[in-house]
Amino acid sequence: MIRLSDVRFCYPTGEFRLAIPEMSVAAGEKVAVIGPSGSGKTTLLNLVAGILAPDNGSINIAGTDLDRATDQSRRDFRITTIGFIFQDFGLIDYLDVLDNILHPYRITSSLTLTAPIRQRALELAEQLGVDARLKHHPATLSHGERQRVAICRALLPDPKLILADEATGNLDPDNKQLILDALFEATSTNHTTLLAVTHDHELLGRFDRIVDFRDFLVNEPEAS
Amino acid sequence: MDSLYLAWRYLCFYKVRSFILIGCITVIAALPLALEILVNESERQLSLRAESTPLLIGAKGSALDLVMNSLYFSDASPEPITMAAVDQILESDLASPIPLLIRYRSRTFPIVGTTLDYLDFRQLEIKSGNPFSLLGQCLVGAEIARQLDLGPGDHLTSSPEAMFDIAGVYPLKMRISGVLAETNSADDRAVFVDIRTAWIISGLGHGHTDLAKSTDESVILKREAGQVTANAKLMQYNEITEDNIDRFHLHGDPVTFPITAVLALPHDEKSGTILQGRYLDQDSNYQIVTPAKVVDSLLANIFRIRNVLDAVILMVGTATLMALVLVFSLSLRLRSKEMETIFKIGSSRATISRLLGAEITIIGCLSGLLCLIIMLLLNHYDVELVRRLFI
Repeated sequence: MIRLSDVRFCYPTGEFRLAIPEMSVAAGEKVAVIGPSGSGKTTLLNLVAGILAPDNGSINIAGTDLDRATDQSRRDFRITTIGFIFQDFGLIDYLDVLDNILHPYRITSSLTLTAPIRQRALELAEQLGVDARLKHHPATLSHGERQRVAICRALLPDPKLILADEATGNLDPDNKQLILDALFEATSTNHTTLLAVTHDHELLGRFDRIVDFRDFLVNEPEAS
Repeated sequence: MDSLYLAWRYLCFYKVRSFILIGCITVIAALPLALEILVNESERQLSLRAESTPLLIGAKGSALDLVMNSLYFSDASPEPITMAAVDQILESDLASPIPLLIRYRSRTFPIVGTTLDYLDFRQLEIKSGNPFSLLGQCLVGAEIARQLDLGPGDHLTSSPEAMFDIAGVYPLKMRISGVLAETNSADDRAVFVDIRTAWIISGLGHGHTDLAKSTDESVILKREAGQVTANAKLMQYNEITEDNIDRFHLHGDPVTFPITAVLALPHDEKSGTILQGRYLDQDSNYQIVTPAKVVDSLLANIFRIRNVLDAVILMVGTATLMALVLVFSLSLRLRSKEMETIFKIGSSRATISRLLGAEITIIGCLSGLLCLIIMLLLNHYDVELVRRLFI
């Protein structure tokens, strides 16, 4: 699903350098990315999403070489193939819950908003327990509810890959487990690949694999 | 792409901000247009009436006050002249005089003391009833009739000049003899009475019981040589009826009675010129004016003021537009997180521009629509508005 080979990236300021000799994630795999702040975890997600282009090396996602793609095709690829979940939820405050879930369909011509899509949005909302809050605005929701809405939005276009950047970072312990449950359940049902950056070591046991950016070693979690 | 939908949701969510933005743009767009409409209508109304009034004679002083009072029945009363001015014109045989006494009011409406010639001169038609033919009768303008729901047979009372002057003239209850047809001029908001009725309102005439036949001695102050003097107990009539009309009388020589102006209708152009020449004497107590010239001079001043106003509006408009640009750029900064999210999800920078463009378009369209509604309303009510506000 994800294959990075000899990827090198440096921000224009030159303050940060990232080098990934080899990294791959299989389809349907749930991978946690850990490491200290500033080690390049979010940069990895941005490279995988095609938001950033590597200085060197190749990035292949679901058979598409992102390093060779144009900006437009990278954006189209991102919106149709990748779902993003942010630490600060990234919900649009002036849209209600349903419009937030449908938001990707309203900002691009690559996706078409149809009646079945609306139906699927309602089903996702029900699946993640926010169906009673469809007409509410994000400001009136709890943090847990907001993140569940963000997950609905990420899952609606039926992406092959979910990128989660500290998705549980703003949540209390109970909500962390609930959100992760919901995320795992939703991604498992659709056989979606999950690449999640996290600082929360308590949750690591639930992932198939952990990528540690500290020494860039690929560790297998201990069998529990 | 649903840029318009998202923009609409954004504007609906931030209602107050959107309302203020739309309001600002509407005011800035509507202000110069409204000013243009109102000034043009003022010019039309002022000019039309002034051009149809050949000459006006009044006391020396402000020509503008004289014209505004005599043509548009404004509050500013010129110094009075006497009926002798009317006789003077009659004797000259150069013009037909129409006396005007415009000083008193009924509620807020001016009472115009004149003769029936005024109705002919202004080509006023009577919609219902008859012209004033007796003392104490009045003819009301169309708007007064509509506003106060009055018709022939109803009554209107003149307002006392000074409310707390208990020794002053009593208000006169006037019977409405008829209602004028609408003219869209100052005549619609005036009460027309015979000049003698106006003198009675002013206290120069009155009606009371015949003292010579009075049996009530308590009202008699003294009797001597066939002359009876009454005391303050004598009740004066405050309404002229068929029963008491014979007991109404004017005290003094009518030639000395006051009027505020004389409309002079020259028989021909030459007569008009000669008549004007006769009032050029520096020692004369009268002035003769051509209303059209006075109004032209007023309009020239209005246009000068309008030019200043236009410049002020332009400056305010520029400042407002700059403020709007600032508001939008600050709003962009505040929405940077939203823009980043949209970009990360998979939109281009152009999408964000389209969203902003849609917001500006909606705000512009709503402002334009509001502006259009204001202009249509203003266009519909401009005649009335100008009459109430400016004339």
